Amino acid sequence: MASSRDDFVIAIRSAFLKKSYQQKFSLLTLIFLSLIVIVLGSFNFKAIQYIKLGVNEVVYRSSFIASIPENYFKDLNIKIEQHLNLYDQFQKNEIELKKLKEEKLSNDFLILENKKLRELINETIQSEDVYAKVLVDKDSPYLKSIILNKGSKDNVKIGMAIVDRSYLVGKIIEVNYTNSRALLVSDLNSKIPVLLEPIDLHAVLSGTGKNHGVIEYTKDEYKEKLNSNEIIVYTSGYGGLFKPGLPVGKIITNDLNKDNQVNFFSDFRQLDYVKIVSYEIGSGN
Amino acid sequence: MSSLNKNTLIKSLLFYLPVFLLFLSVLNEIDFNYLKIENFSFNFVHILIFYWTLKNPRYLSYGSIFLAGIINDVVVGIPIGFSSFCYLLICVVTAYLRNITITPNFINDWISFLVTILLINSIQVVSLDIVFSIEINYMRYLINSGFTFILYPFFLFLFNVLENKITIQTND
Repeated sequence: MASSRDDFVIAIRSAFLKKSYQQKFSLLTLIFLSLIVIVLGSFNFKAIQYIKLGVNEVVYRSSFIASIPENYFKDLNIKIEQHLNLYDQFQKNEIELKKLKEEKLSNDFLILENKKLRELINETIQSEDVYAKVLVDKDSPYLKSIILNKGSKDNVKIGMAIVDRSYLVGKIIEVNYTNSRALLVSDLNSKIPVLLEPIDLHAVLSGTGKNHGVIEYTKDEYKEKLNSNEIIVYTSGYGGLFKPGLPVGKIITNDLNKDNQVNFFSDFRQLDYVKIVSYEIGSGN
Repeated sequence: MSSLNKNTLIKSLLFYLPVFLLFLSVLNEIDFNYLKIENFSFNFVHILIFYWTLKNPRYLSYGSIFLAGIINDVVVGIPIGFSSFCYLLICVVTAYLRNITITPNFINDWISFLVTILLINSIQVVSLDIVFSIEINYMRYLINSGFTFILYPFFLFLFNVLENKITIQTND
């Protein structure tokens, strides 16, 4: 019994300390080093922040270059999928185009009316857009995030909204000098104040780590109001983080089991270029 | 003379292929997620490190594994040093297995691999969730571990072929 315990201790000691097979460092040294890096990384010392920024810059660029072959296959896969669905998609688009043409007329009127009303109360929304290329978009099981080629030198700041065409896709969570990282709305850690229309309910949209979100923290009557066929989810602008009225996704209420599931408008797999949006509400009061 | 140079070049390329694969996979996060297969993901890096450090650690140095972990943390966006720690724990297990194993056995290695990735992923999940307050989908981790375990024999076969080639070239 004692001898088997001795064998175990010898094997463990040897595993940790022995620098065999031309290894420059023992495992124990490197494990301690990684623990030191974890602890130091959690402090916000300036020197550590600069080292982090430097490492991020180099790794993001290298990752972009290393991802080129995989991105090629990814694009190819999407193209083949699109070719196979061409006819079905064309028919859907035809119907949607007719519907949109009708809606556009009434929307134009509403936009003008909204502009006049804002002028009446002396309120203006000024927004600034920065276009950015998506360098890396890894669908990791840990974090759903993308890396953009614009950073602090382009006035990108933490918290800015990321928009694909006119749809919200995420927000900036980390800024380096020439690049930044944005957390997608589908990530588990993403929580966004939203407005559900046409039922006019404020709620919080949470990511699920999958390709859809869920509605949380709303009133109990929410489910009773789900009689409308399609509910559109917009940013509410609460908290002052996002511009109000950015479309995020829609709730399809036909399926009773999935009544709080939000299907995002934007396809996060196909993000090539996005807009980084900052806004300011001006008031004459 | 030129064939001698060519042989040396091939020899070096093959020798550094595991390191190249390691850095490529952490920079690129090879996971085939773009195929959009629901609930399918696996950790290629865990397989790679387990196989090569168990089989012959001179192909994959601990220093390069540590560096690969740092790069992986930056790419994935988790606290720096975390993946290095987990990767090195795999190395500890493989070093221990090498010390206690006289005759290598595929089934033993495969079961040890399962225990190792479950241990590593448990440490990752618990630390990220509790210590760093990053919300984690536990089910995805479990699925990831499952597929990593299932795909191990497939990569074992490929790496065995590669290792034979490296051994033949080195002995030439």
